[in-house]
Amino acid sequence: MTSLPQSTDKKLGLVIDLDTCVGCQACATSCKEWNTGGYSAPLSDIQPYGVDPQGTWLNRIHSYEIGEGSTSRTVHFPRSCLHCETPACVTVCPTGASYKRAEDGIVLVNPDTCIGCKLCSWACPYGAREYDYAEGVMRKCTLCVDRIYNEHIPEEDRIPACVRACPTGARHYGDLGDSESKVSKLVAERGGYALLPEMDYKPVNRYLPPRPRRDSNTASSDTPRPAEKPVSTGAAIERLFKFADKILSR
Amino acid sequence: MHPAYSVILFTTMSGAGYGLLIWLSALGLAGALPPTRTLGFFAFGLAFALIGGGLMSSTAHLGRPERAWRAFSQWRSSWLSREGVLAVASFVPAGLLAINWIFYESFSPALAWATIALSLATVYATGMIYQSLPTIRAWHNPLVTPIYLVLAIATGGVIALFFLRAAELQAARPSLVAIAMLLAAAALKWSYWTGIDSAQRTYTAGAATGLGQFGKVRMLISPHSTANYVMREMGYSVGRRHANKLRRTALWVGLIAPALLTALSLYAPAGTEIALALLAVAAMAFGIITERWLFFAEAEHVVNVYYGAEAA
Ligand code: SF4
Ligand code: SF4
Repeated sequence: MTSLPQSTDKKLGLVIDLDTCVGCQACATSCKEWNTGGYSAPLSDIQPYGVDPQGTWLNRIHSYEIGEGSTSRTVHFPRSCLHCETPACVTVCPTGASYKRAEDGIVLVNPDTCIGCKLCSWACPYGAREYDYAEGVMRKCTLCVDRIYNEHIPEEDRIPACVRACPTGARHYGDLGDSESKVSKLVAERGGYALLPEMDYKPVNRYLPPRPRRDSNTASSDTPRPAEKPVSTGAAIERLFKFADKILSR
Repeated sequence: MHPAYSVILFTTMSGAGYGLLIWLSALGLAGALPPTRTLGFFAFGLAFALIGGGLMSSTAHLGRPERAWRAFSQWRSSWLSREGVLAVASFVPAGLLAINWIFYESFSPALAWATIALSLATVYATGMIYQSLPTIRAWHNPLVTPIYLVLAIATGGVIALFFLRAAELQAARPSLVAIAMLLAAAALKWSYWTGIDSAQRTYTAGAATGLGQFGKVRMLISPHSTANYVMREMGYSVGRRHANKLRRTALWVGLIAPALLTALSLYAPAGTEIALALLAVAAMAFGIITERWLFFAEAEHVVNVYYGAEAA
């Protein structure tokens, strides 16, 4: 059924810390590895070693430059399905292959009933759905639905593969519908935000903004900035060095 | 958006096919088209061929065409599913109307009304597939569905006039209606283009990443070195000058030329009207395919702002 559930018992999702993400692609690689053998397997690649390689990935890491000049900074930005609460990607699906689970809010595509019409990918503002050219069906993040409830794997692995892989701990997983959960508290504490709220898809995933930059340009005023140039004393020896410097740098 | 030929052909052909069904029904109701066998055979035959060809072409767009039947199931929420259901439902009255017309040379007003209603509903659903997507500003526009409807009626009319001329029937009044429809379509299309050109493009990379609060955001490194599906499908964009040229083609060749040719045929010497009618069909077909190509090529998807587009 592509009609959306009125409400979901849980709102499982990810919280991504843009302050600590280093853009290493570990999450994307781990995602690809797990999911090419998981719920929506395979995630096909076309010409993986050819001149124009392309493949289906469920997680993509952009890097952006923010600001101009010496105060600019690089922010790495992982982008995957946000498991929205009211996503048009589900309601536009003509077959019922796309659906949102009432129990935990995960948005899934059933690879056995999808006809590959691609309309859902047009309806997603976040580019989270990728069509599998080889299999003719749509793929998207499953929030590792085949890990998080999987009793055949050790308990510490029952989290999405991307969260497990992240070496800097920039990815957090949990129930964002429960205000007492660790992820909800993290969002509250760090001012986590949703992407493109004006689209009204009500994403569940949250992004934690980078913390204020701390370096010589922005250091707080109680630590005095080192002087750019030593203050001249005007001594004769100094004038001599200046003169020598001038001669030598001709 | 990537202009896929399967979808361009589907929407233009089935639009014209439903338009032709509407015209055959309406002309029958007005008594302007007697239900004769030969004319019925060719006219309904062409309408069904256009619709059927369009539907076939649309399944070429699918990754799993053998599962297409599943698309009839989600009419509660999906305009694409509704379109499928209505497209098939309209075959019932239209088919019966055609059978009566061709085999019994009789006309049933009730079936004609049902054909008109379901054909309009089908084209309406087609328009709503696009208009309902908030991710594409040029489509999420209240003129999109009216344009689909008016274009279907206008294109069906130009084809219907050809049949009237071929059967040497009175075509003066139907010609005036068709001209009015073509000009209405031209006016709507014109204001649509003016509208999308002046629309505020409020989605930026800063807004989409939420990082705009820290300064101007520009993409430094793409997630992938060659285009992925999202870029191939959603990243298509057409140059401004090229688009303007194609807009003029769509407007003048696809709508105004057929209107002029139809007007001319009212005063043309006997025997030349059919040639003018055929010319009108040809010009219209070329122009409307251009129009539909542009409808896709000019539509910017919001996801492009994640990939370095200024705004969408
Ligand atoms: S991020 Fe895209 S694919 Fe995921 S639920 Fe939202 S609209 Fe659907
Ligand atoms: S591509 Fe598959 S999941 Fe997406 S709308 Fe079409 S049938 Fe549904």
